[in-house]
Amino acid sequence: MIDVKNIKKSYNGTVVVDGVTLSLPAGGVISLIGANGAGKSTLLSIVSRLLPMSAGTVEIDGMDVTTTPGDVLARRLSILRQDNHIMSRLTVEDLVAFGRYPHSKGRLTGTDREHIAKALRYLDLEPLAGRFLDELSGGQRQRAFIAMVLCQDTEYILLDEPLNNLDVKHAVAMMKLFRRTADEFGKTVVLVLHDINFASCYSDRIVAMRDGRVVHQGPPEAIITPEVIRDVYGVEAQVMEAGGRRIALYYQ
Amino acid sequence: MPADRRLMSPPVVLGVLSALTLLSIALFMTLGARGKWDFVLAFRGTKVAAMVLVGYAVAVSTVLFQTITNNRILTPSVMGFDFLYRLIQTGLVFWFGSGLVASLDPRLRFGVEVASMVVFSGLLYWWLFNGAGRGDNRRSLHLLLLVGIVFGVLFRSLTNFLQRIIDPNAFLTVQDRLFANFNRVDGELLAVSALVVLAVSLAGWRWMRTFDVLALGRDTAINLGVDHRRVVMAVLVMVAVLVSVSTALVGPVTFFGLLVANLAYLVIRSHRHAVILPAAALIAILTLVGGQLILERVFGYNAALSIVIEFVGGLAFLFILVRGSSR
Repeated sequence: MIDVKNIKKSYNGTVVVDGVTLSLPAGGVISLIGANGAGKSTLLSIVSRLLPMSAGTVEIDGMDVTTTPGDVLARRLSILRQDNHIMSRLTVEDLVAFGRYPHSKGRLTGTDREHIAKALRYLDLEPLAGRFLDELSGGQRQRAFIAMVLCQDTEYILLDEPLNNLDVKHAVAMMKLFRRTADEFGKTVVLVLHDINFASCYSDRIVAMRDGRVVHQGPPEAIITPEVIRDVYGVEAQVMEAGGRRIALYYQ
Repeated sequence: MPADRRLMSPPVVLGVLSALTLLSIALFMTLGARGKWDFVLAFRGTKVAAMVLVGYAVAVSTVLFQTITNNRILTPSVMGFDFLYRLIQTGLVFWFGSGLVASLDPRLRFGVEVASMVVFSGLLYWWLFNGAGRGDNRRSLHLLLLVGIVFGVLFRSLTNFLQRIIDPNAFLTVQDRLFANFNRVDGELLAVSALVVLAVSLAGWRWMRTFDVLALGRDTAINLGVDHRRVVMAVLVMVAVLVSVSTALVGPVTFFGLLVANLAYLVIRSHRHAVILPAAALIAILTLVGGQLILERVFGYNAALSIVIEFVGGLAFLFILVRGSSR
């Protein structure tokens, strides 16, 4: 369970996250939505100890992220931010193998190799395993990074805009994979998403932020409504039912 | 191309580099030798030992510095080390006169130089990480670099100022010390330096795999459980000690670290520091010994080693840049 209490973050007087209290139970896919600059990425970075908070506490299964040793947390929680630049000369397989570092500190065991092979297979990266990262397209590289994070095999997986750079086919495959990770392996996947329809179709729970605060949260049925979308994004949307899913049309 | 990959695999490259390095050392030790062998070998042996030590220190410090800053065109000299060394040299001659400085115990001077450079960088890091560095420590690494550059400019300006008002004879003494020179290395200092470098290397050895993770960038390293702040701080201290020792031993060798690190990245098709670091060190030793060989046999000592290395190095570097951009 991720327990966020009264988190504040400000840069030189500009408040980015303004007193967020949130508790996310273990298991399932949780989407974080909101307009640009609503504080989603900042919140995710604070929860995953990449950024220090100005005030408040974050606990992962009762462990305070600011005081728990990094390598202990790395076996419980993984984070992937946007824009990952790597200067080393790495193959896809090398990168994915780094996901095992928290477990084996670089000396790969048989179990590690199984995890690596599985992550490569799930992300459709087997044909690319020996390619260097700088020879890949943006979408292929994004998949390689996600494979690394999945290979880390943590209880909680935090991803900042994982659908960036992905085409429709791979975006859908990615969301299905997150669903499967949650359903079959009991993991908790927390995603920052910009496409609310992806959030609607694949999440168990949606958390909506605006101006550094959590303004709405609940199952997709409660969040994907014209009123909530107007409140969060300030746009008018029509919501339709299709195949039991709620789809928002905001292309006026 | 699998054949190409196998041909260029890290163990093969390391083997070739080792062979070339040994060959250049053998040539350096024997070429043009006149007189008694025991004298020639001992005399040249000290020089080779100094070059091995300095090459190793410069290569390792540059690669590690680039790993923690995630930038391949920075060198530790950006932090103002070279200019601090120049300022110390000039200041000593300015205030105490060239006669006294020449008669000063070399061990004392070495100690003072190393200590002041380590203390300077230590204070800088400490201040940035504990005072100004509150908050996001990625930004404070950039701040650290920026402050280092500003200090470098300050030291350089002070040095230039002192050199303008100094006695011309004293200026010649100073100038001589501002170029890297392997001909005046003291055997005793060399042994002390070797011990210091060895101690730093042993301390860094257990972090070999952590360095690979650090090269992925701060966020990914933290995600993988590396105590980023602590490790970066420790690496900065290691870099400070290595650079200080090598600079105090032979003088500034600025450009050279950048060159050997990038050549190592070019020839080693791997991300692992366990092979990049030895490759960079071997290339550094090869360059130094080869450069000294050219200096002694071709130019008959009529140039400075840094001129030879930076001329060849500059050309090689331009070549890498042009080739890289055309890819």
